[in-house]
Amino acid sequence: MTAVAENAHDTSQIPAPEGSVTITVKILRFNPELDTEPHWESYDVPALPTDRVLNLLFNIKNYVDGTLAFRRSCAHGICGSDAMQINGINRLACKVLVKDLLAKDGKRTTVTVAPIKGLPTMKDLYVDMEPFFEAYRAVKPYLIAYGNEPTRERIQSQADRERFDDTTKCILCAACTSSCPVYWADGSYFGPAAIVNAHRFIFDSRDEGSEERLDILNDAEGVWRCRTTFNCTDACPRGIQVTKAIQEVKRALLFKRV
Amino acid sequence: MQFHKYDVVIVGAGGAGMRAAIEAGQRTRTAVLTKLYPTRSHTGAAQGGMCAALANVEEDNWEWHTFDTVKGGDYLTDQDAAEIMAKEAIDAVLDLEKMGLPFNRTPEGRIDQRRFGGHTRDHGKAAVRRSCYAADRTGHMILQTLYQNCVKHGIEFFNEFYVLDIALTDTPDGPVASGAIAYELATGEIHVFQAKSVVFATGGFGKVFKTTSNAHTLTGDGMGIYFRKGLPLEDMEFYQFHPTGLAGLGILLTEGARGEGAILRNESGERFMERYAPTIKDLAPRDIVARSMVLEVLEGRGAGPDKDYVYLDCTHLGAEVLETKLPDITEFARTYLGVDPVHEPVPVYPTAHYAMGGIPTNVHGEALRDNDTVIPGLYAAGEVACVSVHGANRLGTNSLLDINVFGRRAGIAAAEYAQGRNFVDLPENPAKLVEGMVNHLRTATGGERVADIRTALQQTMDANAAVYRTEDTLKQALTDVQALKERYGRIAVHDKGKRYNTDLLEAIELGFLLDLAEALVVTALARKESRGGHAREDYPNRDDTNFMRHSMAYKMLPEQEDPDAPLGLTGFTADIRLDYKPVVFTRYEPMERKY
Repeated sequence: MTAVAENAHDTSQIPAPEGSVTITVKILRFNPELDTEPHWESYDVPALPTDRVLNLLFNIKNYVDGTLAFRRSCAHGICGSDAMQINGINRLACKVLVKDLLAKDGKRTTVTVAPIKGLPTMKDLYVDMEPFFEAYRAVKPYLIAYGNEPTRERIQSQADRERFDDTTKCILCAACTSSCPVYWADGSYFGPAAIVNAHRFIFDSRDEGSEERLDILNDAEGVWRCRTTFNCTDACPRGIQVTKAIQEVKRALLFKRV
Repeated sequence: MQFHKYDVVIVGAGGAGMRAAIEAGQRTRTAVLTKLYPTRSHTGAAQGGMCAALANVEEDNWEWHTFDTVKGGDYLTDQDAAEIMAKEAIDAVLDLEKMGLPFNRTPEGRIDQRRFGGHTRDHGKAAVRRSCYAADRTGHMILQTLYQNCVKHGIEFFNEFYVLDIALTDTPDGPVASGAIAYELATGEIHVFQAKSVVFATGGFGKVFKTTSNAHTLTGDGMGIYFRKGLPLEDMEFYQFHPTGLAGLGILLTEGARGEGAILRNESGERFMERYAPTIKDLAPRDIVARSMVLEVLEGRGAGPDKDYVYLDCTHLGAEVLETKLPDITEFARTYLGVDPVHEPVPVYPTAHYAMGGIPTNVHGEALRDNDTVIPGLYAAGEVACVSVHGANRLGTNSLLDINVFGRRAGIAAAEYAQGRNFVDLPENPAKLVEGMVNHLRTATGGERVADIRTALQQTMDANAAVYRTEDTLKQALTDVQALKERYGRIAVHDKGKRYNTDLLEAIELGFLLDLAEALVVTALARKESRGGHAREDYPNRDDTNFMRHSMAYKMLPEQEDPDAPLGLTGFTADIRLDYKPVVFTRYEPMERKY
């Protein structure tokens, strides 16, 4: 998508702290109550190098256009609310700092912001998260254990705990799934995040549900749809080796062991 | 308007709400109404651990934990409640492990434990390893594990539903809970949920402050709803400042860092906590560490160009400990301050963190309408509630414990209450107040902007009602808050639409923040002593004779000249009435608090 035909806005009400530079933020706006299709709007906003992109969105919402809608909560990369496309790449708006986006040699900086792809856009940067969570729920993302529970905790070695550490970090932000070209083309594919969360249990030594989960992922819309493009790994704000996790699940299916 | 009927309605899907839902949902028909997708809740930002006297790595027992909780709370803690929490802590941790929580492990494969502020061996002799943890992501793991188990049990969620009022039905014996009224973000529609019991688990209100570890969503909605019904809020003056927020930003760096051996230093590199807490030094409770840090800065020993912060020195811990046990905070320092904790000390300063006060409850999570009368069918758990297990200052890790122990208790109690009863009729026109608020905001044309009022509120609270307070600063804060409330009456929102109208909801949330800020300031003014999280420069000592008691703040409801006025928006000249409630003592006599 190219940023064309955007409108300019009066941004003079936004407070400009000392040391700020003006940058242009182009946002793909869409309000189904008023618009027939998404369109770009452009805002010249003062920004400090230490500002997060989320701060820029706040300033636009607070001082220019209150109708701008986006999810946010913790603002430091833990809650997973604010995944969006920033300059075309899936990122959390609260984890991208302006200093890392500034144009070289003093040119005017432009930052584009658009909703993540592959999920229906509901308004501006709000997408419908239901299909995403539906895929997550489908892989039985909880510990399955049979037999009597021990009185105390289950014993797990440090090495066994380490085995699935990477995939416990997932915050379900959907940055990976919505960066996946297979998911864009076919929304019934489980997508990387669901597989990551299946991996988290398949490789947990305490879990006895691997077979059920592997059966689910062996489905036509399962793990074999992955084309190993590594978009998901690049997109993950938690640094999870998503593609590797998917490969490990594939290998578990091929060799029938975890 | 849509109408729903459930036995139990739980409001909020953080740790307390989901722990309650797992209990209630397996017993009776339950719905969880949450303004966020459950995994976005701020429980997920908790880092360091959850204390329980498992004694996996060294001798420990729940009685020591109880004592630490009582002493940590500067003796305002209700001792019966603290004892229940410390006893049930052990099962609470084991339950989470059985649900799948990936705790860090000892070499023997048991749940690993580490030191944490104020948690000691044998009544203060030395720091003890009591905190069960999963790296510095314990809250994240708890939130994920609880959500996973909600999925397992098929709990029904209404995501992005903002509860803006509760339904209370008057009976000859007083008010009884009968439901909750919610605004659906996606459509702007109002939903009435009739329920036999309602559990509030809506979290805190840290957004009254500018520098805070709290999420943007922590606007105290549950406490605000309760307060506006003329029901009391307990101990609102006790607000915790976490010592180690990233300087200028407020992002939390876990106390677990100090548990692993990190040291606070002033500009000259001095380990200043040795002067304030000679025995446990950097692992003193948060109120003491936060005050000490502020004193270092006020006395000119702060670091940085403006001498306005101190350092958290992790450099001697080594890259491996930082990368494996404290990976997230290491990344936060790198990302947001450009400081690498492996090589450099991290600039830190206290950040508004946790409300000790809230909706008064008994140990079953039942909400109280005065010092001891239960509102049948109404429950609260977690940060929104005041049991009071935290007294004047909560110990680190005891919040993750609180949500699990009292979330579970409230869930069970709410389900059992609902199982034996019929539905109570809703009051006439139950959605009236919410409709009034929403319609007013959609049509209001005043000149005031939400962001301006919110910024001014946060600035005055940071300047006048933070770690240290005086009569003068608190009076200034009160004047400012009341002026802002008056301006709030002339607010206008830009977005008049129905879909995803966060502009309108931010305006409503700001109203709650203003009410709660006023309650905080009024109770702080009245408490002429220093205790726990409430430090008065003009009254530096604890005064057990006059103030060994909980405060109970009631909003005086305006005489309703106009029965159709949108209450939430015009009832703003109301005064606050203060009452007091005795502290429950069992084993421990108040002593001077030294560490």
